[in-house]
Amino acid sequence: MHDALFWFCASIAVGGALLAMLRREPLKCALSLIASFVALAGLYFLLKSPFPAVLQILLYAGAIMVLIVFVIMFLNDESGAPGKGDISRGGLVLAVLILVPLGWILIRAIWNADLPMMPAAPEDFGTVPAMGEKLFTTWLYPFEVLSLLLLAAMAGAVLLAKKRLD
Amino acid sequence: MDPRPYLTVAVILFLLGAAGFLVRRNLLVLFLAVELMLNGAGLALITFARMHLSMDGEALFFIMLALAAAESAVGLAMVIAIYRNRHHLDADKLDDLKG
Repeated sequence: MHDALFWFCASIAVGGALLAMLRREPLKCALSLIASFVALAGLYFLLKSPFPAVLQILLYAGAIMVLIVFVIMFLNDESGAPGKGDISRGGLVLAVLILVPLGWILIRAIWNADLPMMPAAPEDFGTVPAMGEKLFTTWLYPFEVLSLLLLAAMAGAVLLAKKRLD
Repeated sequence: MDPRPYLTVAVILFLLGAAGFLVRRNLLVLFLAVELMLNGAGLALITFARMHLSMDGEALFFIMLALAAAESAVGLAMVIAIYRNRHHLDADKLDDLKG
């Protein structure tokens, strides 16, 4: 059962990501990516992390991707329309030169490493109370800094989107 | 349960994002590629958290999520500003800093 669910979610996650990188129109890329992110939330459920899974759907597939889809539809850019190239040749060469060896090394490292099997998780692993306790004790300082970062990002976004650059 | 398939999926997602970032030229698609790379990292964090039964990985995932939100807010504002001034979204034409 676990294996079947894993292959189901993993294939949608990878397939959606592949489509997102291959489709021509940005809107279709974004929609494929949303499918990929929802499937990733399924993988988080399989990893016994319900709170991150819910955050993934609410924040990633929900808030962030909806923001991006809004901007894509708002700009309604034609430069990615069929007939015009959206591929950088230098980038393609660079991608093959760097990423093929990198991927080979990483995947070999993962499958050759002596990784422990996942132990049975305790009942409260990855739940909201357990994560809340962790966030507000060990990770309290980073958590507070994070709120500052979000505030700065919000102010920066308003300023950038408003100003006319000359 | 074996953690290796999960980590392999994380690596594939990261590499797809990196490849998309290098190959594509539309700024919005570059943006999606960055999100994809972040998600690959997130899956690796959750997998390692589960493997070591340590909630720290999930706290880091939470931080990654807030980081992605901040990045998308600022990044999209920059995309809008660029589109207003240049009327295109082609990353290869934005080479003013080349000198």
